Amino acid sequence: MDRIDQIVARHADREGPLLPILHDVQAELGAIDTAAETRIAYLLNLTRAEVHGVVSFYHDFRAEPDPRPVVQVCRAEACQARGIEAMMPAVAAAAGDRVRVETVYCLGLCSVGPNARIGDDLHARLDEGALTKLVERA
Amino acid sequence: MGYAKQPDFGTPEVRSDHTVTLSIDGREVTVPEGTSVMRAAAEIGGDIPKLCATDMVKSFGSCRLCLVEVEGMRGTPASCTTPVTEGMVVKTQTPRLEKLRRGVMELYISDHPLDCLTCSANNDCELQDAAAEVGLRDVRYGYDGAHHLGQVPDLSNPYFLFAPDKCIVCSRCVRACDEVQGTLALTVEARGFDSKISAGTAKDDFLSSECVSCGACVQACPTSALMEKSVKQHGKPERSVVTTCAYCGVGCTFRAEMRGEQLVRMVPWKEGKANRGHSCVKGRFAWGYANHKDRITSPMIRDSIDEPWREVSWAEAISYTAGRLKDIRAQHGARALGGITSSRCTNEETFLVQKLVRGGFGSNNVDTCARVCHSPTGYGLKTTFGTSAGTQDFDSVEHSDVILVIGANPTDAHPVFASRMKRRLREGAKLIVIDPRRIDLVRSPHIEAAHHLPLQPGTNVAVLTAMAHVIVTEGLVDTQFVAERCEVDAFEDWARFVADESHSPERLEPVTRVPAEELRAAARLFATGGNGAIYYGLGVTEHSQGSSTVMAIANLAMATGNIGRPGVGVNPLRGQNNVQGACDMGSFPHELSGYRHISDAETRALFESDWGVTLDAEPGLRINNMLDAAVDGTFRAIYIQGEDILQSDPDTKHVAAGLEAMDCVIVHDLFLNETANYAHVFLPGSTFLEKDGTFTNAERRIQPVRRVMDPANGYEDWQVTQLLANAMGLGWDYGHPSEILTEIARLTPTFAGVTWERLCEEGSLQWPVNEANPDGAPVMHVDGFVRGKGHFVVTEYVPTDEKAGPRFPLLLTTGRILSQYNVGAQTRRTANTAWHPEDLLEMHPTDAENRGLNDGDWVRLASRKGETTLRIKVTDRVAPGVVYTTFHHPETQANVVTTDFSDWATNCPEYKVTAVQVSASNGPTDWQEDYADLAERSRRISHEAEGEPAE
Repeated sequence: MDRIDQIVARHADREGPLLPILHDVQAELGAIDTAAETRIAYLLNLTRAEVHGVVSFYHDFRAEPDPRPVVQVCRAEACQARGIEAMMPAVAAAAGDRVRVETVYCLGLCSVGPNARIGDDLHARLDEGALTKLVERA
Repeated sequence: MGYAKQPDFGTPEVRSDHTVTLSIDGREVTVPEGTSVMRAAAEIGGDIPKLCATDMVKSFGSCRLCLVEVEGMRGTPASCTTPVTEGMVVKTQTPRLEKLRRGVMELYISDHPLDCLTCSANNDCELQDAAAEVGLRDVRYGYDGAHHLGQVPDLSNPYFLFAPDKCIVCSRCVRACDEVQGTLALTVEARGFDSKISAGTAKDDFLSSECVSCGACVQACPTSALMEKSVKQHGKPERSVVTTCAYCGVGCTFRAEMRGEQLVRMVPWKEGKANRGHSCVKGRFAWGYANHKDRITSPMIRDSIDEPWREVSWAEAISYTAGRLKDIRAQHGARALGGITSSRCTNEETFLVQKLVRGGFGSNNVDTCARVCHSPTGYGLKTTFGTSAGTQDFDSVEHSDVILVIGANPTDAHPVFASRMKRRLREGAKLIVIDPRRIDLVRSPHIEAAHHLPLQPGTNVAVLTAMAHVIVTEGLVDTQFVAERCEVDAFEDWARFVADESHSPERLEPVTRVPAEELRAAARLFATGGNGAIYYGLGVTEHSQGSSTVMAIANLAMATGNIGRPGVGVNPLRGQNNVQGACDMGSFPHELSGYRHISDAETRALFESDWGVTLDAEPGLRINNMLDAAVDGTFRAIYIQGEDILQSDPDTKHVAAGLEAMDCVIVHDLFLNETANYAHVFLPGSTFLEKDGTFTNAERRIQPVRRVMDPANGYEDWQVTQLLANAMGLGWDYGHPSEILTEIARLTPTFAGVTWERLCEEGSLQWPVNEANPDGAPVMHVDGFVRGKGHFVVTEYVPTDEKAGPRFPLLLTTGRILSQYNVGAQTRRTANTAWHPEDLLEMHPTDAENRGLNDGDWVRLASRKGETTLRIKVTDRVAPGVVYTTFHHPETQANVVTTDFSDWATNCPEYKVTAVQVSASNGPTDWQEDYADLAERSRRISHEAEGEPAE
């Protein structure tokens, strides 16, 4: 809990400190669990429901830590049109249980899809081979 | 009246000085500026289909059903979020709108179970109504795709259920919790298709959540997703009756929704002026005690309290009682008899009990349970302002800028008013809390007191005088107000007194333990922050200086000019539904109704000629004096209506000794309460659902109580009093409480214009209702004080004689909790015990550690008077050196430890300060064990017919 108290203290002077706090908690602790939600709510004088509502709204906030590497694959219309759906079985096979593959809807690179993202790096013009390689190396 | 839904205008009422005229479907309508198109349409009888809008919460614009066409505006705006403009031309029913609405509705229904016929909301469902309104005939999308059907309901709350498959995620419940109740316990979890109403975190259900079970979400729900379990059980109500809640002094009005004589649910009435359509867990849900198996419905008598009770007919009970009373009077004189009126009963019942005692028994030995709660309010405000009542209505809080709460815990004890106050605080009003304990208002979601002064129990007067010192010495007095409205000589005496250096916050800090700088800041804020309103409770009155504290509060309000307009004032939060009324009705031994002294020959003559009796000119005995006199042998018989003095009054052992010494104790109550253990006659009482009459709430609002079912005991309480009076030869012939109210109005100037018919027509009236105020007075002392000029009273701080010392180093203070009510006779007999099954002793971690005590341990709580055992809760809500408990459970009998110290002016007991010691314990004390034995023996009822074969 000390870590959370420190994070909250860091953002105490901001207007609307909740989202920056949640980002830091997710980054530093790997998850925002019920205990963390409860503590953040107490420190910000919010209800548990309010914090939980925000945490559960965003897919980037996780209730439990998952140490696996993450590959985000775009499956929105443009990437579908460029064949992403057909690649998904191979992606799943390459990922196995070791890599978490997340579906996202649009990375903003529609003209150069199919696209994927690992951390802050974007990967474009992927074919099945390139994509599975990305997953294997993640 | 048959069953009809309460009207719903879709969006809240807007107040504005400007009006706007527009045309809706060819009809002209004029509404206040800022009103929504939806509400404007509803005002002329139109009905735009809607799902996410309801007039208890702000518009939200999410359901897309209330679309309209507006001339000159592109598209189809949502009528709930579109404000009216001058000359606007609106069409609410066009082929284009029909098509759009039907499409939206089709999507809702495609993910909703089609089990209308077996649904508990059948025929009382806004989704069903909306489907009918838009003419939905077909749903083209089947259930083959993803859907939300078959989800498990949350049944954790004892009173309502949440069925997620019936939920359309309109978020009305979330917004009702946020805006109306101010608890913010609900949220919409996740997003998109996964959206779901959630009561807190993933680990919470409704019961474990921050939910306080006020019922606002259930009321807001358009479907059966949030539904009272009682409706599921009994079915849809078939009629409704508007009545007034019988719990606290807020006086919420409810619609009792009935099936035959079965109460199905209590729903707050939107037109109620005290609650404005809101409720709390007690009034909304905790009415099951009315049919509890413990309820006694046959009269019972016994010659001695060692005997079991004998059930008898009403005729026998009444003649037996009257006979005993007459014998005692013949032998010991009229002054050996007395009675206690109840703040739980109606004005009319209270009035009759004091009439019986004064006119029938022949003594003025009548007192009321207000003695032990707000008698100092009566004394203090009468002395300073000239009238024994609060100065404002509850609406006033909407205009306050600084709110000072002292010795009150509104979120627990007056929850509906607290919600209204919290709404104002969220709008930006500042809050000052003076309380030894960190009550929820000090810091709870979205609420934070600007200043919390955690004073040492018993030092109210010192703190308030120190605040006055700051106001006077720093030149913050409203000199114009004082000069125009108050007695200047008295003010100058007072100002000189408080300005003395000995009353500075710095000098008093060692006594009050309030940091001087914090106190100065609070005083400055109150004096300079705009409209300042003071709200107080029993933490003010239940002290040896209770009356002084009330006067110190009045001084503070006058000195800062905070009297006589909305947003300001001195507001006692009354503990019980009819404390104000019981006091108004002449329940005190020295006063006839309307606070006129019994020694005043003219007033006495008025009553004597009306009643045809001779009244004693001497004030009678107060409750505690009756008990003292009983021990001395001069007071022999008492008629107690609706009060459990053994559990509620201080120093339980002394109360028991007094009752035991009497020849005839008559208890008139719903249950065999603790006092009945010492009674010879038990007259079964009726609940507020079984009688007509009126209650007067904390804002002097007289409101009708209406009979919705026959009394289980056969008689309304006023009828029982009348039977007894007539058996004593008084010849009363009241046929209905309205006739008693007429008599009250005839004999009481402040009630002169009050009639039952008028109350039924107008809903409520705030006294005084007289020539000067024909329609009552929401705010008092507007142009001048009732007594003429406001009177400042010098309030010297005198420490209580109850002091902590080496043997009893801690100070105990007592209070109430949200889910339970006073001695718990009612709430303990409902599912409210889910929240508070036992009394706990709150103790600071340091004190607990010094004693080697852990959270949840059994401890012995001992004072100079007695001892009891209970479990502790370790919390920093209380300061070191202070412990706190509630008094809801007879097993604990917290009042075994409280003392018989009392207010110097009114004898209101000093419940709030008792020096105690707390130590580890293995089990109940001797007193608790002995008392449990006595209670068991004393509650025996002999059934002579028992064992015989049934015919």
